[in-house]
Amino acid sequence: MSNESQPTSSSTWSDSSRESATDVVLRARGIGRRYGGVPALSPIDLEIRAGEVLGIVGENGAGKSTLLKILSGVVAPSEGTLEMADAQGALRATQLKSVRDATGAGIALVHQELNLAENLDLAGCIFLGREPARWGVLDLNAMRRDAAMWLARVGLDLDPRTPCSVLPIAQRQLVEIAKALSCQARVLILDEPTSSLSLRETDRLLVILAELRAQGVAVVFVSHHLDEVMRIADRVVVLRDGQSRGTLLRGEFDRAGLERLMVGRDITTNDRRAQHGDAATCLTVSRVVSAHRKRREVSFTVRAGEIVGLAGLVGAGRTEVLEAIAGITTHEGQVHLDGIELRGLAAERVRRGVTLVPEDRARHGCFLEDPVAMNLSLAWIDQRSRLGTVDRSGERTLVQQMVTRMAVRPPQSQRRVHTLSGGNQQKTVLGRWIAVAPRLLLLDEPTRGVDVGARGEIHDHVRRLADAGSAVLFASSELEEVLLLADRIIVMHEGAIMGELAAHEATELAIMHLATGPSHAAADESRDGAVHA
Amino acid sequence: MKKSFGILGIFITVCLVAAIFGENFLTGYNLMNLTQRTALFSILALGAGIVIVTGGIDLSIGSVVCLAGITTPWLLVEHEWSPWLVLPTVLLGSALIGLFHGVLITKLRLQPFLVTLCGLLLYRGIARWMTGDQSQGFQGEFEGVRAIALTKFTIPGLENYRLPSTVIPVTALAVVLALFLSRTVWGRWLLATGRNESAARYSGVPTARLITLAYVACSFLAGFGGMLFIFDIGSAQPSDFGNFYELYAIAAAVLGGCSLRGGEASVFGIIVGAATLQVLRTAIILLGLSSQLEFAVIGSVLLVGVAADELIRRFNAQRLERASHAAIH
Repeated sequence: MSNESQPTSSSTWSDSSRESATDVVLRARGIGRRYGGVPALSPIDLEIRAGEVLGIVGENGAGKSTLLKILSGVVAPSEGTLEMADAQGALRATQLKSVRDATGAGIALVHQELNLAENLDLAGCIFLGREPARWGVLDLNAMRRDAAMWLARVGLDLDPRTPCSVLPIAQRQLVEIAKALSCQARVLILDEPTSSLSLRETDRLLVILAELRAQGVAVVFVSHHLDEVMRIADRVVVLRDGQSRGTLLRGEFDRAGLERLMVGRDITTNDRRAQHGDAATCLTVSRVVSAHRKRREVSFTVRAGEIVGLAGLVGAGRTEVLEAIAGITTHEGQVHLDGIELRGLAAERVRRGVTLVPEDRARHGCFLEDPVAMNLSLAWIDQRSRLGTVDRSGERTLVQQMVTRMAVRPPQSQRRVHTLSGGNQQKTVLGRWIAVAPRLLLLDEPTRGVDVGARGEIHDHVRRLADAGSAVLFASSELEEVLLLADRIIVMHEGAIMGELAAHEATELAIMHLATGPSHAAADESRDGAVHA
Repeated sequence: MKKSFGILGIFITVCLVAAIFGENFLTGYNLMNLTQRTALFSILALGAGIVIVTGGIDLSIGSVVCLAGITTPWLLVEHEWSPWLVLPTVLLGSALIGLFHGVLITKLRLQPFLVTLCGLLLYRGIARWMTGDQSQGFQGEFEGVRAIALTKFTIPGLENYRLPSTVIPVTALAVVLALFLSRTVWGRWLLATGRNESAARYSGVPTARLITLAYVACSFLAGFGGMLFIFDIGSAQPSDFGNFYELYAIAAAVLGGCSLRGGEASVFGIIVGAATLQVLRTAIILLGLSSQLEFAVIGSVLLVGVAADELIRRFNAQRLERASHAAIH
């Protein structure tokens, strides 16, 4: 229960760049939460200040979501008190009994999953439940005028009558923030706000958060992406196992230091730079036209034992290529595996050893309401069946092996998957395929919504599979992951391949150069010679 | 088995109430009748259950019962076909109806509710038109064929109760289906498809084929059930034979633990569910309640059962969540 109260209480006074204690808007004193006697969050102290971005980092299960739930009134703390600043800046003890209480007190939470009412226009979304009205009739003019103002504040120059449904996800995120601000929020809490944004959209969001900070809003930024946290945060609180492991000030934190605090050990880096020049070609994609709207042809190969990364911005067509190869969607052109053409849809291709770990874990990957065992053995039971009956003792052995091998935590094969953390869910999806030793493993955003520790484990499993001779093709929006995992990188833009980079010559800059389109990439075309414009 | 405890409780309660307050409930004749009706409706309910497992629904069961049931004496008596030809023809025709549903649902991606609602109207209409809306019956003949559903076996030691032969196909069916769901790859795949069709497809499960198979099985069983019904009762009117039977079948499956969201089924539960509904129908008469109340009583019991099930499910989920919080954090 040690509260490492490093700079928290003292820094308020010593930090001369800030205006003393008056800018603390929310203070938590020893708040903690227990479930059935087990602490989900051990008592911690926290100060949230106006005009400051506070980063909160930690693996899944570290206590981040419990902390957010307490701050936003979803659950009550089982111990400790919360204090809110009143109009004069004096802190007073407050109880947040509900989300409505928290909103009333000026605390707004923007969820990871966006929940805008799709059938309404922007003004309607922003003022949902608080519509200005006279005699029960909507005051549409006032509503639209105010909506336009809040939208402008988050840098959106949109007509308030635009329907929400037409906005791309990044803009919806900004609308959510505008909605939060319109509730007179003094504290804006963002839970994983960049998880579905492209790099450029993330940049834009960070700029807007910096502007809000300058306007005096207290921003709490929770993210798996340490780069983003390091770019924007003035202070970072690191949680691990439900305890605060330290509060670091800007200038004190670096990536390695944060990671060490988060996982309690150093993270492995890409030391696998094997040569595959002489390995046999495993996957040949020839003139494939996938479901991508631009209907462009792509051609490339993956060798046995090689890990190839598909990089590109959101919408570049990486998912469509992976789904075409896996047989989820139909395609034109040919795909060959070990020289023999792949035909039919997923059911037939899986039997040839072509497997896909999809991007959307909840919808396409997991059977959330079923136990870990069923999720792990689903593909295996077909391969080891006798006259169509399941080898049940073999299945039990396999499940036990896979739970251990994939290090599913907690290691209970009968636990339903929806009770696991994102990282452990992803490990069960990956385990389903590792159990059948696939010839070709396709992964779409293999570590989305997965914490740092599990991410390293997933990467290790993929590398081990490749070392055993399987071909691996994965798509990731995170350049860092592409650089860390891939032996060779294929960059896509608008449904076409813009170029290829070997791991040792690839840099984030080189990838972005190709990923942002032909005008930038023109100079590289002659060198790569793999462009299908 | 665990999820069948709820329905087993309701079943026992209903039986106790009927036995205590209804004089003739525990007579051999009544129990024999109940067994027969339970067996016949179980066949329909198991079919409905297979479709519900996939997350679908089949509203055409009653009309398929009617079409298959009416066609059997119509071919035998009016057209003088051999029984050896009639039985396979009717069963194959019923299976083809299911194939038709399955193809419309998986290939054209129509909603199961709509496809089978149209089926409900279509097959009833065909049966009435085909027979000129005239009552069809065996006219005292074909005792040999009708024996499939009418034979009663004497059990040593029991004087008034004799076991109806329809118990044999139902038991066989239940065992096969239970083994299919728990022990075979396709059974597992069917459950997986019902839980999350998309995830199943990504896992290489031939989901379209399995869903089609489920509708084929359901209509086949409805046709088989329809045949047994007509063997049992001897003659029937095309305009009302099998009316609402799909609702008895669906209600039995849901009472028996099938979630309409798909992915969950208990063969044992479905049969207990079917039995509960039959006991209820009998109890209403034995207890001297107005028979017009039948649907109201069945509706109320169904509602209470399903609501209790949902509340228990939520309570368990909460307990699970607390436990998992304790384990993860």
